[in-house]
Amino acid sequence: MPIQTMKGALRALLLVAIFFAGVWSHKSGLIDDFLWYLPDVQYLMGEHLWLTAMSGGLAIIVAIPLGILLSRPSMARWAESLMQVLNVGTTIPTLAVLALSMSFLGIGTTTAVFGLFVATLLPITRNTYAGLKGVNPALMEAAAGIGMSPTQRLFKVELPNALYVIFAGMRTALTINVGTVPLAFLIGAGGLGELIFTGIDLYDPVMMLAGAIPTALLAIVVDALIAFIAFVVVPRGVNPARS
Amino acid sequence: MIQLDNLTKVFDTPKGAVVAADHISMEVPPGEICILLGPSGCGKTTTLKMINRIVKPTSGKVFINGDDTTGMDTQTLRRNIGYVIQQIGLFPNMTIEENITIVPRLLGWDRAKYRERARELMAMIALEPDAFLKRYPNELSGGQQQRIGVARALAADPPVMLMDEPFGAIDPINRAVIQDEFLKMQQELKKTIMFVSHDIDEAIKMGDRIAVFREGKLVQYSAPDDLLAAPKDSFVESFLGEDRALKRLNLVKVREIVTDEIGSVSPGDTLSQALARIDDFGYQNAILMVNDRHQPAGIISRSVARTTKGYCRDHFQAVPAVIGLDDDLRKAASLMFAHDITWLPCVDEAGKVCGQITQRAMTRHLGARFRARQGDARNPDAALKE
Repeated sequence: MPIQTMKGALRALLLVAIFFAGVWSHKSGLIDDFLWYLPDVQYLMGEHLWLTAMSGGLAIIVAIPLGILLSRPSMARWAESLMQVLNVGTTIPTLAVLALSMSFLGIGTTTAVFGLFVATLLPITRNTYAGLKGVNPALMEAAAGIGMSPTQRLFKVELPNALYVIFAGMRTALTINVGTVPLAFLIGAGGLGELIFTGIDLYDPVMMLAGAIPTALLAIVVDALIAFIAFVVVPRGVNPARS
Repeated sequence: MIQLDNLTKVFDTPKGAVVAADHISMEVPPGEICILLGPSGCGKTTTLKMINRIVKPTSGKVFINGDDTTGMDTQTLRRNIGYVIQQIGLFPNMTIEENITIVPRLLGWDRAKYRERARELMAMIALEPDAFLKRYPNELSGGQQQRIGVARALAADPPVMLMDEPFGAIDPINRAVIQDEFLKMQQELKKTIMFVSHDIDEAIKMGDRIAVFREGKLVQYSAPDDLLAAPKDSFVESFLGEDRALKRLNLVKVREIVTDEIGSVSPGDTLSQALARIDDFGYQNAILMVNDRHQPAGIISRSVARTTKGYCRDHFQAVPAVIGLDDDLRKAASLMFAHDITWLPCVDEAGKVCGQITQRAMTRHLGARFRARQGDARNPDAALKE
């Protein structure tokens, strides 16, 4: 009972605080300052999303088949070592990847997309591989014993049962991707990083936040969107969110 | 029919070659259930899995209905063999209907036909189609899931079924129910079945034949009754357990040893007539009283008949127990022990008295096989001459 009342009190306090923060920000002209950046934010957000879509989309297209390939029995001997190579790949900071690819590809969007693609690739590959390897061996035996071909086993049994884990990988990877896109500004690819880094350089916190807050919101929206797709696409019997 | 011809599997392990199945040759006649029995690691599962090539044989051949399967396409072979495993292995991403119809769909049946088949199968395993077909495996109990597993194996009506400890993970009460259901289905379906088990009681209950394995070798292959009466060596004997004679009680029906002759009295007879009949038939304690439809109505005890005057209808005691012709001797023995009696009246489907079964007849029947074997062993020449 006391815990309940304390929670209620805290919630009320929070609401009051938010209200006064709103009043203060309006009175001090902060909201107007932000709104001044609105056209910029809209334009840059478009660029930002385009970078995410291109690099993320490419990563998904490459990572899932790669994960499937690595999980095949014929690849068992190489799979773990290859996964280790990819793991080492992620320990390189994205900034370093961007800098490295800049030295080969020059500045611009292509370089940014490539860098982001490399950074996004691994979580999806890893989850695809782990998801497929994690399918209950009894299911695989039943599927084989029933007379499914290896391809039928993959599409009718393995992938549907690994789908939830694969989607979890895509969520992580794409959320990180959205958060990493601002770095693309450093190699001249645009996106909300333009406001963030310029804001930092000009000691202008409003400008910086006008880039940072939409970036964070975008990340949340992308995460929720993929969660929703997973909810719809993953079959009910293997979807923890729906049972 | 399933025929194994010198089927052998050698596994290469880091410690060297391990022979999991050593020149197994056997034959399961059409429509029979053959139980592969043995302790774990004896090669029974390996032998089973070589039939549908989940385990690839090192050498030897498998014939199904007379056809050598060696050159057959693996997928085609497997689609024509029902396969049930202990872990059930229903696909959790598919509904029950999709699970059951998977083999027909792989075989390219058209939609109307396989949906109809799904309903048929559900009726066969006594689950309501409308309630279950659209549900997912994780919404069902273990027993229901295993029924679905059996239905899935039966879907395309394969002539041959392989079952790898199919009821091993189910609690004992449900297991007995599912075993009974399965046997009832098998009476109509007449599939040729290979069935792996490590449970001797299950083997006796389900098997038409039992193959006992030990360390990759087929030690003995015979009907349950022969196995229990005449285990080939001390290993089989110890595996069957010290109460193997009692286990045979399960295998013999009352019908086989019932004697038609049973003395009885009717309610209108006097007690002195009853006493006379007790003596005529040589009964020790009592005689059965039947009503005008020849159903058991009571018993008249010798002591009452000797000491009292009057009619049977006024001086009878309740019948302690009766037994049906299709019950097994285990039930008969249990009833005798429970009521401290040495005989039971037998009744037919209509409840009419049709004979009696005595403890002596039971022990003589069970003992006859053992005595015969011992006689053979002591005097093999005599047995050969016969």
